Amino acid sequence: MLTQLTHDIATLSRRRWLAATAGLVLGLAAFTNAKAADDTIKVGVLHSLSGTMAISETTLKDTVLFLIDEQNKKGGLLGKKLEAVVVDPASNWPLFAEKARELITKDKVAVVFGCWTSVSRKSVLPVFKELNNILFYPVQYEGEESERNVFYTGAAPNQQAIPAVDYLMKDEKVKRWVLAGTDYVYPRTTNKILEAYLKSKGVKQEDIMINYTPFGHSDWQTIVADIKKFGSAGKKTAVVSTINGDANVPFYKELGNQGIKATDIPVVAFSVGEEELAGIDTKPLLGHLAAWNYFQSIKDPANEKFIKAWQAYTKNPKRVTNDPMEAHVIGFEMWVKAVEKVKSTDADKVIDALPGIEAKNLTGGTSKMLPNHHITKPVFIGEIKANGQFDVVWKTPGLVAGDAWSKELDGSKDLIGDWVGKKCGNYNTKTNKCGGQGS
Amino acid sequence: MSASLIDRVRALVLSVFLIAAFAVPALAGPFEDAVAKFANDEFSDTDEAVGLVAASGNPLAFPIISALGDGRLSADPESKKVFVTGTDGKVIDAATGAAVASLPAGAAAVRLNNRLRRTVEAALGGLTLLSPDPAKRLTAAQSVFKSHDEAALPVIDGALAKETNKTVKAAFAEARAAILLYKSDATDVEKLESIAIIKARGDQEALALLTGLGSDAPPLVAQAASSAIAAIQSNLAMWSMVQNAWYGLSLGSVLLLAAIGLAITFGVMGVINMAHGEMVMIGAYTTFVVQEVIRTRYPALFDYSLLIAVPLAFLVAGAIGVVIERSIIRFLYGRPLETLLATWGLSLVLQQAVRTAFGPTNREVGNPSWMSGAFEIGQITITYNRLWILCFTLAVFAILLAMLRYTALGLEMRAVTQNRRMAASMGIATSRVDALTFGLGSGIAGIAGVALSQIDNVSPNLGQSYIIDSFMVVVFGGVGNLWGTLVGAFTLGIANKFLEPVAGAVLGKIAILVLIILFIQKRPRGLFALKGRAIEA
Amino acid sequence: MTPHVLTRSLDRSATVFLLIVAGLGVLIPLSNLLLPAGSMFQVPTYLVALFGKYVCYAILALSIDLIWGYCGILSLGHGAFFALGGYAMGMYLMRQIGSRGVYGNPILPDFMVFLNYPKLPWYWHGFDMFWFAALMVLVVPGLLAFCFGWLAFRSRVTGVYLSIITQAMTYALLLAFFRNDFGFGGNNGLTDFKDILGFNVQADGTRAALFILSCLALIIAFLICRAVVTSKLGKVLIAVRDAESRTRFLGYRVESYKLFVFTLSACMAGVAGALYVPQVGIINPGEFAPGNSIEAVIWVAVGGRGTLIGAALGAIVVNYAKTVFTSGPLAPYWLFMLGALFILVTLLLPKGIIGTFNAWYEPWSAKRANAESAAREDGVSEPNPAE
Repeated sequence: MLTQLTHDIATLSRRRWLAATAGLVLGLAAFTNAKAADDTIKVGVLHSLSGTMAISETTLKDTVLFLIDEQNKKGGLLGKKLEAVVVDPASNWPLFAEKARELITKDKVAVVFGCWTSVSRKSVLPVFKELNNILFYPVQYEGEESERNVFYTGAAPNQQAIPAVDYLMKDEKVKRWVLAGTDYVYPRTTNKILEAYLKSKGVKQEDIMINYTPFGHSDWQTIVADIKKFGSAGKKTAVVSTINGDANVPFYKELGNQGIKATDIPVVAFSVGEEELAGIDTKPLLGHLAAWNYFQSIKDPANEKFIKAWQAYTKNPKRVTNDPMEAHVIGFEMWVKAVEKVKSTDADKVIDALPGIEAKNLTGGTSKMLPNHHITKPVFIGEIKANGQFDVVWKTPGLVAGDAWSKELDGSKDLIGDWVGKKCGNYNTKTNKCGGQGS
Repeated sequence: MSASLIDRVRALVLSVFLIAAFAVPALAGPFEDAVAKFANDEFSDTDEAVGLVAASGNPLAFPIISALGDGRLSADPESKKVFVTGTDGKVIDAATGAAVASLPAGAAAVRLNNRLRRTVEAALGGLTLLSPDPAKRLTAAQSVFKSHDEAALPVIDGALAKETNKTVKAAFAEARAAILLYKSDATDVEKLESIAIIKARGDQEALALLTGLGSDAPPLVAQAASSAIAAIQSNLAMWSMVQNAWYGLSLGSVLLLAAIGLAITFGVMGVINMAHGEMVMIGAYTTFVVQEVIRTRYPALFDYSLLIAVPLAFLVAGAIGVVIERSIIRFLYGRPLETLLATWGLSLVLQQAVRTAFGPTNREVGNPSWMSGAFEIGQITITYNRLWILCFTLAVFAILLAMLRYTALGLEMRAVTQNRRMAASMGIATSRVDALTFGLGSGIAGIAGVALSQIDNVSPNLGQSYIIDSFMVVVFGGVGNLWGTLVGAFTLGIANKFLEPVAGAVLGKIAILVLIILFIQKRPRGLFALKGRAIEA
Repeated sequence: MTPHVLTRSLDRSATVFLLIVAGLGVLIPLSNLLLPAGSMFQVPTYLVALFGKYVCYAILALSIDLIWGYCGILSLGHGAFFALGGYAMGMYLMRQIGSRGVYGNPILPDFMVFLNYPKLPWYWHGFDMFWFAALMVLVVPGLLAFCFGWLAFRSRVTGVYLSIITQAMTYALLLAFFRNDFGFGGNNGLTDFKDILGFNVQADGTRAALFILSCLALIIAFLICRAVVTSKLGKVLIAVRDAESRTRFLGYRVESYKLFVFTLSACMAGVAGALYVPQVGIINPGEFAPGNSIEAVIWVAVGGRGTLIGAALGAIVVNYAKTVFTSGPLAPYWLFMLGALFILVTLLLPKGIIGTFNAWYEPWSAKRANAESAAREDGVSEPNPAE
């Protein structure tokens, strides 16, 4: 066998060898030729531009490009221009990790703004930890996480879900609850927290209905009929919806068609914002609610200025703004301030500088980065208006601090995240040890 | 229903009754003060104002409150003046009723929240129990049935005696029964009669009313109530079977609509068109474009937008289908698996093209008025959009069947499918027939998109969500047989909807997929296999 | 495997292919570990992980080519076997995290803690042992393929029907694994791995070792495939592909041959998945998506169906293109390119890259070739493009 092998190699035509080697060299060269330019600071943008999540994430990519553009108009940062590096992780979770790695190692970005779904964040987490870089994550999420390399500028459950339920209990006198969500980790955790919270407020098990549907669920007839049935038991009923993106349009259409009005059974949603409503005929939805930390309709000079600049940048006078966009605005400003404070884009220095940094949000307040890497935010409850905007009917008196770990869940009630004093994301206040519940 | 609301309704109904009985003239001062409260832009003040205005007995009360409900009531925060814009566009000063030329610049609509909307509804209900319009009386009676407030009893009694309209009379009787059932000093006989009336109504609301009675009722009444509850429940359980069947038919019609074009391209031509879903999406986007043009140019035509969109979607998707067939698919005949791969690539291109052209977000496609709302048969709710889609699907199916059966193109298509070479030697231009058949299948996918735009997202991902289901329907029903597709779609739809309440939406769907896989093992050529001598494809 | 089988199964191009794979398998890790970072010839770690991913895809492509290229079974659900293998490995890696999870629970993975699992579900037992997980990587996909194939081939489900029910299978699994109640982490899947066999999965050395292992697995998979297709069994498979009924009438038990090769292919896909998971760091139900399986088939079509080297090459070329086009200014347009690639390859290169290269090269070389090497060409015929 060996003799044959050597013979084979010997008789190989030179042409084949040449072609194979050339191909290999070209391939490697394409990967390694990237050199970091020194006169710019690179900012990674890791949002899906194709696939199922493009529907939500494309706007966030535009937002970051807009913010970079604005910053460069002001003269850049540390005397250098900012340069955006845009990649498309294509709604594919392993690709998120691959692209994150590429941004950090090959493009040498100073910071990454990106991700929408929890799974995409979970997928890139090990990469950011290993390569020690910074991720700003702008979407409301399930909490139960505090990582050194991640800054969570979206809402934690206590900054969205619990105030919304409080509002319904006090103002609408709701006694019976439908917790409807898409079957993934954010609704699961949020509903768990809400269930525990409702029970602590004396709501009985039989007055809570929990329902999960798959992603992109489009046939809501049975579930809406069930909600109707559940709601006709003589007590005021509300739906707390953690239904994700695409499934909302058919859900609201079915609600409207089956004649469920907001005055009968209000729906409060945590994932429906201006961007989603732009795709729905909102007349039947009048009065249904959403809880967010920002609404486009909020009257504030900062907000009006932002909307005007954004619409001019996108050359679309109808382009809407939404909550995750505001999160990027705040996150970006915080990062800029932190970099200016330490006069460096070095990840360790910026990570240490970020807690305590304050940035104006677009609703008239000042948000602050907390030691657990979450921020303080106001909570607003808005009712859907016929024009696809929200009318704020209630807001928290001040800013609410984001809890990394929910106080309502057994597994996490003793945990805190503190990257300033304890240098730990899951510090147990009972055992005074870093590392979760322990055994 | 909250206690405060019940109190408010009670006060309202009582005051309306008093006004009706004694016709006390209202004083000008307090009414004007009450109206001025609307200008404070505080929900609590608005709430108070509604109560005061409704109780004032002023003739302007009804126009003001109904305007508030419709968003036609505006207030000027500067001058604290409040204005009503009539349905005819004329503006009056709410406090005086005097005509005003136009709204002042600073005036904004008075804001409402859900609680206020309920107050407004209740106030209007109280104001309309004696309305000359029977439809309004019916609504008012139903709102009393829900609130079962004993203060309304005298008005109901009076109204019941005068009422001539049969439906409204029944509603008043039910409202009266509801009040008596909850009235503490009503006799047992009255309560038992009430239970009988409510039991006859037999719907969710009735059940809610009876369940809410609680255990402190007299034993005789409690017993009657519990037997009524059992009767209603068993009745509702039966109706829920009917409801499930309807849901199944409706889901089946959606599946059929999505699959019917595929039944032609895949079933008749043997082309696995993975870009079929994108044809559906193109149809939906055509609807969007049609509605945009109508909105900006001819708003009066909005109710006809779908009728206009159907032929256009057929033509657009059909034309794209012909182009695809001529440029790609005709080179791949006889290689079904390569076709599959090429059309998959095509579907990626089409999706991204639409994403680039229209943006990645959902686009709004409105429901014309005849597609909105629902009606009830017995205890089931049937929504108009689902009903129309079912009718539309069956019509498309019938037309398609007739076309294949009776037209020259249909004959040629069948000839080419059955024996291509023989058909060619008989003088049929087979390549032309291929292009037209594929165009027909794509065109039908396009009109499916028009219908689906009414119930689903119009986004670049629209087609993706239907493609697998469509293939399942065609394969389950039997390739090459339109009737098989029909039966397949409805079977899967109904099976899915009967499994869903038992197993949940996800497990139900998994179960259906597993059943299809097992079924294909049993009948590898589907439900209605084409009979032929070919041993294998 | 005897030397005889090996020599018979290796022609010249196969030898070249194996040498290149082996060469890369040695050179890339060495360059990564030994050369200083930043040196021109140093392969950065992220590229090692990336190449490792490509190699796993190449194994998956080989497994598809084995059944599609040589037996005519087009599976549009092979991603399912890949993902199942990946989940088996992912479960092992999850159990290795131990008390280093965010909640610090020594037994339960994090997602089970917040979903309030009282104890480990029965099907998670045993996965703390590597040998058991490794066994499951082969057994689970193999068993599913065996059951599925046993049902399908016995009742003679063929052609597009088979393709569509394989798609239904992977779709059903997708839905099932998305359910959080199913006990595999739902949409988030399994992630945040720490150790494999005691080595840190993020260490450069571990990555290099995983890369070497993947290359080794590719070589072994390739040798197995070559051995199968050049054996007598392989001849029967090709006969099944080209004329199934005729083969059956000749007295061969067609379904047994198909079942064997389908199960073998599923096991290979499972191994590919198992090697893939520690290198990319996550396994999630998205891997079951029917689109992924179709894409894998397209790698094979691009490289050249029925040419094992082509399948592996196709996987690497398409994924390399994906990596390049999803970054930079072209990012919004890469789907156009991917789509166009599929259309153009099926229209213009029906034999794929390698098939076309062979068609161009063989006549040219035949002129020069001496009788000896011509005699040694093996008998593997080009696949008939018609089904």
